[in-house]
Amino acid sequence: MALRQCAIYGKGGIGKSTTTQNLVAGLAEAGKKVMIVGCDPKADATRLILHSKAQETIMHLAAEAGSVEDLELGDVLKTGYANIKCVESGGPEPGVGCAGRGVITAINFLEEEGAYEEDLDFVFYDVLGDVVCGGFAMPIRENKAQEIYIVCSGEMMAMYAANNICKGIVKYVKSGSVRLGGLICNSRNTDREDELIEALAAKLGTQMIHFIPRDNVVQRAEIRRMTVIEYDPKHRQADEYRTLADKIINNQNKVIPTPITMDELEDLLMEFGVLEEEDESIVGRTAAQEAVAA
Amino acid sequence: MSQTVEKIQPSYPLFREDDYTASQARKRAVCEECHDSGKIEEVFQWTTSAEYQALNFGREALTINPAKACQPLGAVLCALGFEMTLPYVHGSQGCVAYFRTYFNRHFKEPIACVSDSMTEDAAVFGGQKNLFDGLENAKALYQPEMIAVSTTCMAEVIGDDLSAFISNAKAAGHVPESFPVPFAHTPSFVGSHTTGWDNMFEGILRYFTVNAMEDKRVGSNGKINLVPGFETYLGNYRVLHRMMREMGVDYSLLSDPTEVLDTPADGAYRMYAGGTTQAEVKDAPNAIDTLLLQPWQLVKTKKYVETVWGQPATPVNIPMGLEWTDAFLMKVSELTGRPIPESLTKERGRLVDMMTDSHAWLHGKRFALYGDADFVLGMVKFLLELGAEPTHILCHHAGKRWKKEVERLLAASPFGRSGKVYPGADLWHLRSLVFTDKPDFLIGNSYGKFIQRDTLHKGKAFEVPLIRIGFPIFDRHHLHRLTTLGYEGAMYILTTLVNAVLERLDDDTREMGVTDFNHDLIR
Repeated sequence: MALRQCAIYGKGGIGKSTTTQNLVAGLAEAGKKVMIVGCDPKADATRLILHSKAQETIMHLAAEAGSVEDLELGDVLKTGYANIKCVESGGPEPGVGCAGRGVITAINFLEEEGAYEEDLDFVFYDVLGDVVCGGFAMPIRENKAQEIYIVCSGEMMAMYAANNICKGIVKYVKSGSVRLGGLICNSRNTDREDELIEALAAKLGTQMIHFIPRDNVVQRAEIRRMTVIEYDPKHRQADEYRTLADKIINNQNKVIPTPITMDELEDLLMEFGVLEEEDESIVGRTAAQEAVAA
Repeated sequence: MSQTVEKIQPSYPLFREDDYTASQARKRAVCEECHDSGKIEEVFQWTTSAEYQALNFGREALTINPAKACQPLGAVLCALGFEMTLPYVHGSQGCVAYFRTYFNRHFKEPIACVSDSMTEDAAVFGGQKNLFDGLENAKALYQPEMIAVSTTCMAEVIGDDLSAFISNAKAAGHVPESFPVPFAHTPSFVGSHTTGWDNMFEGILRYFTVNAMEDKRVGSNGKINLVPGFETYLGNYRVLHRMMREMGVDYSLLSDPTEVLDTPADGAYRMYAGGTTQAEVKDAPNAIDTLLLQPWQLVKTKKYVETVWGQPATPVNIPMGLEWTDAFLMKVSELTGRPIPESLTKERGRLVDMMTDSHAWLHGKRFALYGDADFVLGMVKFLLELGAEPTHILCHHAGKRWKKEVERLLAASPFGRSGKVYPGADLWHLRSLVFTDKPDFLIGNSYGKFIQRDTLHKGKAFEVPLIRIGFPIFDRHHLHRLTTLGYEGAMYILTTLVNAVLERLDDDTREMGVTDFNHDLIR
């Protein structure tokens, strides 16, 4: 089977890293050989697989060694649960330097060192929430990830972010082969959440590939720095991740997304009662003005 | 091959010999896949047309042959003007190699300037560590008494904070707390070399005076401060010294790189020589006033002098040509109470004499010109005084306000009628202009030689000879030592211009029996 490279995007705090690691555990359990590339200076995309936060990120070691050229693949590539390969790009502390450049440097390093030439079925890039600059789009540049999955929930800002990410993908589809594989709904238990995300997916021209219900076992596993599949393999939540893994293995639905306008998105949210009908007459009016009017 | 040990020839005329021309023709035929010479000529002719000019001026996103350089280049020149000062550029190494080479080619001198060589990891983590090591090493190795820090694009794009980094470097003991490390953020993608000079200069003034104003009183030292701006004619620094000395005026020339950029070959290398002292900078707020000799580029400095020092920063124009040198000297006289001495009055008289001697040759001659905002303005002013006609007037780094100022100047003289002003334009724009509306000469830096070559290719009648006044001048020697400011500078410019006219006339009339009826011994 040819190597499939997938990138996971989504609003910050939506559960990208947790979902990715649980999904990857499911793939590994199904016999797939997988690597996770954490593309976030916080370097917490592999802790549930490694049972610890990766201290030795590519950029951290490169800074110690003096340059990236002095690093070797073995220094940065760790193996965790079910032989999953883990690597973190790393990057600067908040407020200094350029985290985006760190992602570019790290991925270039992995390519030059032949990290992708190993016997692998899947590579997953777990990318920092907001695609703030070109560096964080590195995983979807030409000849890298061909599939993108967006993690979202039925909250307005998560959907807004999903739509924005689709806009970003459209920029890259023209020059490369990257396609959207679907939305992964990581439930926040909002009303009619599955229908809402299905509707959003339809408007974006894609599918909701799976609906992951909310379950506290995910947090219990996380406290132990484990995935659900490793912590409690018999739990029904573990089956959800197995199902997601299976759907991704068999996913044939890869599309160029059709991002929608802000108005269309608001209409959708109003339809599902997430957003109230906007009262144009109150825009820009202070409390004092309203008191006079009343 | 025709090259032999006994007779080594340079590329010209060597490459004109048969075996080389044959080899070039073969290469062209076999490998280059270029259009035939007829097509190339057709396109060349098209680029000289009015139709092409309209397209050329419709350009929006592309610069071709810029007539400006980048900010840190100016910052380095500014720093070189201070005593025992090492220019230090925080960022990538190649940029600094470029600044050093650029000055080296112009001044024919070694240029001492260091970089902290930010590499890939510095681009990700920020360059603080580079600055720590760089400051410590530079101070230990080269023993400066001041390090003036500017930045390249790389450090600016990732947002390195020089103020914090330098404070941290001092707190961590990489350089002593008392060691002067003034700085300026100089992103290359904003402004030009003149902006960089202004930023670095303001950074140096700020470092030495912003927290030391309590005991300062405007006028208490009885001096005048002169700020040259981005100035590459070493004679200009020297003529300012001379004029002030002759007037008996106490003054400080703030930033003066004449010594370090003109060191003698006596067997001893000098990394530092001359320059404005730290004591002079510290005392500068006590002066009567600070005159900014290139006001169009010293915007930030002006604001600092006015607001922090509380000096009037009385406006003056660049002291180029007759009237603006008069105005400058009279302003100095007015501010200091010192009369203009006989020696300068006599020098002025000599200039006026020269102008009258040569005016018949310069009258009505049309000059296109380009360069820095103040230089171009001063040159336009002097051309008008000479009865010459500035035609295409171009400044890449200037804006609309400058355009209006030049137009005001043109409107005040009958010789200014054919003048058109182009701010924000490059040398490819100028190339179109001199094809469609031919001036007699082009005044500018060495890059103008390619315009001259192109115009000659169209035909001798279209050739626009370049007169080299400006920066950089890479292909003529020692012109940077001459003077363009004051009466002395006006004499040099006048001499250069009139002799260019006469040489051209000799070229045109040298054909025996055809044009030599005007090949006169006496001009």
